[in-house]
Amino acid sequence: GGGMAALLLLLLLVAAGPGRADAERERRDALREELLLSPLPTGDVAATFQFRTRWDADLQRGSVSHYRLFPKALGRLVAALGVRELHLALTQGFWRTRYWGQPPLQAPAGAELWVWFQPTVTDVDKAWKELSNILSGIFCASLNFIDSTNTVIPTASFKPLGLANGTDHHLLRYAVLPREVVCTENLTPWKKLLPCGSKAGLAVLLKAERLFHSSYHSQAVHIRPICRDASCLAVSWELRQTLTVVFDFFASGQGKKDWSLFKMFSRTLTDTCPLASQSKVYVDISPKNKEKELLEVSPAPTSVHETIVQGDKKTYAVYDLLSPSLFNTSRSLNVQLKWKRPQDSSEMPIPTLHAQRYVGGYGLQTGEICTLIYNTHPYRAFPVILLETVPWYLRLYVHTLTIITKGKENKPSYIHYQPAQDRRRPHLLEMLIQLPANSVTKITIQFERALLKWTEYPPDPNHGFYVGSSVLSALVPSVTAMKNMDVEQSPLFTSLFPSSDGSSYFVRLYTEPLLVNLPTPDFSMPYNVICLTCTVVAVCYGSFYNLLTRTFHVEEPSRGGLAKRLANVIRKFRGVPPL
Amino acid sequence: MAAAVPGASRARAAAALLLLLGCCGAALASGPQDQAEQFFRSGHTNNWAVLVCTSRFWFNYRHVANTLSVYRSVKRLGIPDSHIVLMLADDMACNPRNPKPATVFSHKNMELNVYGDDVEVDYRSYEVTVENFLRVLTGRIPPSTPRSKRLLSDDRSNILIYMTGHGGNGFLKFQDSEEITNVELADAFEQMWQKRRYNELLFIIDTCQGASMYERFYSPNIMALASSQVGEDSLSHQPDLGIGVHLMDRYTFYVLEFLEEIHPASQTNMNDLFQVCPKSLCVSTPGHRTDLFQRDPQKVLITDFFGSVRKVEITTETLSLHRDVAGFESKFPEEELATEPLKYAEQLPVAQIIHQKPKQKDWHPPGGFILGLWALIIMVFFKTYGIKHMKHVF
Repeated sequence: GGGMAALLLLLLLVAAGPGRADAERERRDALREELLLSPLPTGDVAATFQFRTRWDADLQRGSVSHYRLFPKALGRLVAALGVRELHLALTQGFWRTRYWGQPPLQAPAGAELWVWFQPTVTDVDKAWKELSNILSGIFCASLNFIDSTNTVIPTASFKPLGLANGTDHHLLRYAVLPREVVCTENLTPWKKLLPCGSKAGLAVLLKAERLFHSSYHSQAVHIRPICRDASCLAVSWELRQTLTVVFDFFASGQGKKDWSLFKMFSRTLTDTCPLASQSKVYVDISPKNKEKELLEVSPAPTSVHETIVQGDKKTYAVYDLLSPSLFNTSRSLNVQLKWKRPQDSSEMPIPTLHAQRYVGGYGLQTGEICTLIYNTHPYRAFPVILLETVPWYLRLYVHTLTIITKGKENKPSYIHYQPAQDRRRPHLLEMLIQLPANSVTKITIQFERALLKWTEYPPDPNHGFYVGSSVLSALVPSVTAMKNMDVEQSPLFTSLFPSSDGSSYFVRLYTEPLLVNLPTPDFSMPYNVICLTCTVVAVCYGSFYNLLTRTFHVEEPSRGGLAKRLANVIRKFRGVPPL
Repeated sequence: MAAAVPGASRARAAAALLLLLGCCGAALASGPQDQAEQFFRSGHTNNWAVLVCTSRFWFNYRHVANTLSVYRSVKRLGIPDSHIVLMLADDMACNPRNPKPATVFSHKNMELNVYGDDVEVDYRSYEVTVENFLRVLTGRIPPSTPRSKRLLSDDRSNILIYMTGHGGNGFLKFQDSEEITNVELADAFEQMWQKRRYNELLFIIDTCQGASMYERFYSPNIMALASSQVGEDSLSHQPDLGIGVHLMDRYTFYVLEFLEEIHPASQTNMNDLFQVCPKSLCVSTPGHRTDLFQRDPQKVLITDFFGSVRKVEITTETLSLHRDVAGFESKFPEEELATEPLKYAEQLPVAQIIHQKPKQKDWHPPGGFILGLWALIIMVFFKTYGIKHMKHVF
């Protein structure tokens, strides 16, 4: 009875095409989808998809049983396990900040999961373990490998991105699995969470064969509570599904800097998702160095939008898929980007903050982790929090930690170090470092490699062991001051991080993951030892046993068989002694 | 006498006619009976598939392609993802050495992409271990395992188990680091039988000396096929020069070609599957074992194991749906609004971080050594100076 009524209600609501705004207020959930195309300085192009479902219902309180646009699997998860915020990212590749600029939202290579729990949760570790198991089933990823050996509790980084009452960091858990592979089996369930699936709207462009033939592919799910309106007295829940992909200039672009939707995705946009209230494509046509535009887009956009993103003024060509004029001329929309004049390689802008990390040293006993953080702002200094999680089998020596800026030692204003416990907990190092203007800061720490037990090695130990990316959180000073804008009116890619102060913007960067070789034993040795020991024992003991217990007695020679007797007869004739 | 003969022949004719009529009558009467018997011929109500690839590393591409081609056929014939447990020990599609990412091909010249666009792998990479495989089969799984990783079969389930990888006489190698023996596998199947976790089971294995893996089975209702006999190697089919590795094993290649002809309504039976890949094509001799199976393989349809054919009963009754939607929206509970506006947290509160108090360590009572040391010190003190000094201490 109830099921039938729900089905009928759904049919009724979907069939109600016009009068969408009124119906939406009644329905309390809305979907906005957006695609941002930004050409990068090196000739590659980055495409960021965002699908945002906002639901004006409180998932924590009350028994919500009617799910419409918000996926039931995630809604039940939030309600049952007392999750306040959930961020899961699966990434293949690395975002090269130095060449590509600041990313809108970066994620480390592999799988990253960080969750804030509600204060009502009593056993956070148990809820964390259950959560990672359930998510591993939903997203077909090996998130069940998240346990205490790779989970840390950061104290200063990863503050909540949604509404927060207090920030007791004991309710936060962070884990990263750098070895995790991302492939079509992770994309398939991610696409199934979208209200229109991959059948209509912007999601028709998401075909695995093109998405994974790229330099960087990152798909993420973010769930957080947000303000329902300007007065912020009630809570709405927001689910953002983001997918960022960078198509390579040489591999996908075939060496030409002209891009189009068809060249990138081998598909074009034909219609919109009927469940979406907003569906837009933004193309970054910002001029560099205040000159005229370098980029030409076709067909003509429905509007041009200027906004301040990451502290800089940017111009976007907007294609509103819901406006009727867009599909007037042709059934499909294929946005094309052409460069008006060839670009100078000397014009490549350098981002204000970027970092790199590498392993130094030689041999299989010791080594050194070096992190270099660059502040290229000409006159402003700003602080950055560095969070490093190092697995227990690389034993860090904290007394060798040195931070050097411009030749002098730089003492961090805040250090939190939690040493590792073998097989139980990883190292956690969090530091708040002030970066002076126009400088390079070098952080080095030495480590020793441990010898694991024979059964703890993975089936391919000669590949090496991964150390997850370190996280840099910083408030970078803006070039242009930002004004506070209404979240609902501004594009989705500007409202990822809640901004409080217009003079600086928050950015979270990740460094490269490291691959270190541990001293690997020869796994055939147990077999060799058993064989050798058994042989030695058999030969020695066997010989002694024989000598001690063998008795000798004389044996009568046998008469021999027929052949021998005949031979003896012939020998007698020859005069030779018999056998 | 002359009168008796025609009488006898007439009686015989009458008897023959009666018999004929009786037979016709019986045939007519048993029509619905026969149909009912046909309806419940196989005895299963649902289908499951457990597909395992046990090899790691790029040069074992063909094992992953084997498993994915069986996955593809099984999905095409109707078994849904929720009833398939797919275990792949390594990722070939998004391997950095794959010249065409997100694809796994089974035919050379990249004709058929068996990976597809809609694949769900339940156990991947390091999760494919002997322990996890046996836990999936027997159902003895930790309580927090999600549903997609469980084999939730019952006593009316037909299960298809397909395994491929590198094997030997009596064992199958998992990921180059452990093995499963034929005895363990047979015991696992016996556990499944005793817990009534299957109705009928089809076990297919494509490894070297595969027939050794089904030698030790002793539970009823199991049919087994293998790609080679004991002492023989299973060979791979054809390399692709663009990808650089062998794409499929011969036995599974011909099984895939056989299964591509099958559609959900086929009446092809198991005997045809036994004839797939004769020695001239496969070089090894495929074997099969049906002595534990109760039905005649001639009567077992391929879709009994590879497909998910549902019996549908069409009814002519009509149901009316009530258009009562008025009171539905009011089901949302009334929410209390907060008294003061909620706010977002500051992302980098520098002042707050610097003045963060260090976490108070929980007080632990002193351990054994410290207690012993203090006890020794106190005892020495009082022995030296006498007990009367205690009042000065306290």
